[in-house]
Amino acid sequence: MRSNVISYLKVFWGFKMDFELSNEQQLLKDSVSRLIADNYDLQKRGAIIKSADGYSKTVWKQLADLGLLGLSFSSNYGGFDGGPVEQMIVLEAFGTGLLIEPYLATIVLSGTAIQSAADENKKSELLSAISNGDHLMAFAHSERLSRYQLSQVETRAQLKNGNWILNGEKTTVLHGGIADTIIVTARTKGSDRSTDGISLFLVPAKTKGITVNSYPTIDGMQAADIKLSNVSVPQNALLGECDKGFLIIENIEQHGIAAVAAESVGAMQCVLDMTVDYLKTRTQFGRPIGDFQVLQHRAADMYVAVEEARSIAIYAAMMTTEKDTEKRRHAMATTKAQIGVSCREVGQGGVQLHGGIGITEEYAIGHYFKRLSMIERQFGDVEHHMTTLSMMDSPD
Amino acid sequence: MELAFSSEEIVFRDEIRAFIAEKLPESARKNGGRWPHWSKEDVVTWQRILNEKGWAVPHWPVEYGGTNWTAVQRYIFIEELLRTPTPEPLSFNVNMVGPVICTFGNDEQKKYFLPKLRNLDIWFCQGFSEPGAGSDLASLKTSAVKDGDEYVVNGQKIWTSQAHNADWIFALVRTNPNAAKPQMGISFLLIDMKSEGVTVRGIETIDESRHVNEVFFDNVRVPVSNIVGEENKGWDYAKFLLGNERTGIARVGLSRERLGRAKKLAAKLPSFNGPLADDPQFKRKCATVEMQLKSLEITIMRIIDRQRRRNDSAPDPATSMLKLRGAEIQQTTAELLADVAGPMVAPTGQIRAAYEGDFPAELEETLGIIPHYFNSRAATIYGGSNEIQRNIISKGILGL
Ligand SMILES: Cc1cc2nc3c(=O)[nH]c(=O)nc-3n(C[C@H](O)[C@H](O)[C@H](O)COP(=O)(O)OP(=O)(O)OC[C@H]3O[C@@H](n4cnc5c(N)ncnc54)[C@H](O)[C@@H]3O)c2cc1C
Ligand SMILES: Cc1cc2nc3c(=O)[nH]c(=O)nc-3n(C[C@H](O)[C@H](O)[C@H](O)COP(=O)(O)OP(=O)(O)OC[C@H]3O[C@@H](n4cnc5c(N)ncnc54)[C@H](O)[C@@H]3O)c2cc1C
Repeated sequence: MRSNVISYLKVFWGFKMDFELSNEQQLLKDSVSRLIADNYDLQKRGAIIKSADGYSKTVWKQLADLGLLGLSFSSNYGGFDGGPVEQMIVLEAFGTGLLIEPYLATIVLSGTAIQSAADENKKSELLSAISNGDHLMAFAHSERLSRYQLSQVETRAQLKNGNWILNGEKTTVLHGGIADTIIVTARTKGSDRSTDGISLFLVPAKTKGITVNSYPTIDGMQAADIKLSNVSVPQNALLGECDKGFLIIENIEQHGIAAVAAESVGAMQCVLDMTVDYLKTRTQFGRPIGDFQVLQHRAADMYVAVEEARSIAIYAAMMTTEKDTEKRRHAMATTKAQIGVSCREVGQGGVQLHGGIGITEEYAIGHYFKRLSMIERQFGDVEHHMTTLSMMDSPD
Repeated sequence: MELAFSSEEIVFRDEIRAFIAEKLPESARKNGGRWPHWSKEDVVTWQRILNEKGWAVPHWPVEYGGTNWTAVQRYIFIEELLRTPTPEPLSFNVNMVGPVICTFGNDEQKKYFLPKLRNLDIWFCQGFSEPGAGSDLASLKTSAVKDGDEYVVNGQKIWTSQAHNADWIFALVRTNPNAAKPQMGISFLLIDMKSEGVTVRGIETIDESRHVNEVFFDNVRVPVSNIVGEENKGWDYAKFLLGNERTGIARVGLSRERLGRAKKLAAKLPSFNGPLADDPQFKRKCATVEMQLKSLEITIMRIIDRQRRRNDSAPDPATSMLKLRGAEIQQTTAELLADVAGPMVAPTGQIRAAYEGDFPAELEETLGIIPHYFNSRAATIYGGSNEIQRNIISKGILGL
């Protein structure tokens, strides 16, 4: 495994083991961090959560103007040809501010779908539209009883008179309520659990027959349950090859995993920093509580958990471009399992060491804990990925 | 030595079950599965039903409305309530201030308060913690200065659960700021929340509910007769109370109820091969919790039994073990349930409104899961954090 990682890193960072950021990458990190620091204190975030759309058009525009939305898309479609490291830098910074904008839904999940499956026309149309911030998208895949089984798709699509007719129900679609275009996965053949026979469709949100029930999620984001009743879209709404959508979906999830891994590192680092700070300032029994060794050790374990997550997030970033499907699968399952373990240890530890104040809405730590708790359950939890891994051969 | 429930105990358990089945009001039954669950009215109504039957305070001395039940029967009773679940008899009344008044109160206090505590005519809250006095409770600053036949109380409490529903507060106050040890200058005072100068401010918690509050005292005048026991002996009563709180806080039945719900939900959800409920990993996790609960359950009964035979009011450091493990297992089961639900935990309660009256009933069941999990994180903080319980065990039992 070690030689493997090193070889990836070597390829990526110009044939040497180098974890330092380049000047451009450092610049990127600084500018995103500044944007977050200036625009995203807890109070402003709270106001955005309570606003009608649940995201800030102003912040979204700023992200577009800084070139962050199109960062990882090809310059052929108005992007900046950024690689996985750039993406990681941005998401880590988003994690420090607990950004609730529709970046994961629009850029990471939908963007990956389009990049990996759309034809040239759609790519240039949609990628530039989402890069400049004018167009929002959502990825509607999960269903009420699908849990983490990616191939569990009961929503149906049938070709009738040259149109696709979609019927079914999608649940907790991230930012589904504000999307202009929704990517819907549906079964075009086979049984409910078969990997063969799933297809993806580009569906304008305003299409007749779509009912969207949108609500805030526990981590301050937005999601929607989307009902499709005889939704009719033209034949060219099909995204990628008919029946062969499973690999695309898996690829979307893998990019999602790499993204939340990076985001969680930013969030966990904040939890650690806040906690260490609190240990130094909160006094009980006439001394800072950081004097108590049991708390020092728990903080030390949290530190280790953050560093493990950081390493695995780097690994994930590298492996998103791995061509061998099995290797990539293994890497992403490994990543998400480690991220889940770290999120739990750091999130719960942060709350515990803060005592009562840790469970209040007024104080930041609880908000980080909630986002980390959600990330644990996004794209598969620890048990899910550990089971996946136990059914695979280790590539090392 | 006898570990299985005897046939009499089984009969007893069935009697309790039948009573609950017959008498638990529909609203309380329904709200048990929701979040936030019981309304104040649910709690009051149920406790009055129990009180009418003579079961509101089974562990109190018979002369004050208790029963002659054995430790095992008392345990069976509370576990049956928890696993149904029904609202619990208000802990502040029946497990905390009630036993303190029974043991240390004067006759007038007993006569006035005990019947009202049983019947929940008075709802008490617990005013111990302060912003600067959490784990280090003895450093509390809220002062009570004698002025004629009244105390004048000034200061602030925090994390006061249910203060917004409470009629009275039992507070630890400093009556002697110059005592040799801070513990020796504290008194146990009963304060009417309607007194002039008492202000309550709610604190929203991460489960987006209101459980806890800040309570401010600004020149609140309290009759001297509201002090329990002797002036400056409040710390002893508080330790007695905390010991009782720790026994009551383990809540094995609550964990069992959650485990049952986790299994039921897992039967509906897919894993790799068939339902999650059949997944060997999941079954193993459930078995682990069941093992832990069995050990805890028997440990609780051993400690209750020992206390009963010892029959004194000195605190038993072994109760720390019950609080420690009980809280951890509560967290494990809340976590297990949240893990089963997985991505279904995402929506906040506002999803009900999003559906505009069309809300699917089966979603109600998963809605309470994540607030429960968030809230369970407090279990290792309140009632003395787990770090503090470990300190007590290592000092008080192991002599370190
Ligand atoms: C297999 C082996 C190989 C070794 N090889 C070498 C070697 O090559 N060169 C060499 O110099 N030494 C060597 N050591 C010695 C080793 O460094 C010591 O055993 C170690 O420093 C612990 O000291 P101790 O055994 O006196 O235990 P103690 O220091 O007495 O510790 C007893 C326990 O108390 C804990 N403890 C002690 N202080 C603290 C503290 N401040 N906070 C919290 N917990 C504490 C310890 O973690 C331990 O659990 C070796 C030991 C072993 C077992
Ligand atoms: C939901 C909830 C309900 C509550 N209800 C009530 C109530 O009704 N009435 C009431 O009076 N109080 C109530 N409390 C308060 C509760 O008892 C305190 O939160 C608790 O005592 C911890 O105090 P603190 O929050 O100030 O944390 P701190 O004491 O500041 O502790 C912070 C961290 O330091 C650790 N720590 C502190 N001292 C030590 C030590 N010596 N060694 C090792 N670690 C240490 C703690 O374990 C914790 O992890 C409630 C709290 C919560 C969260």
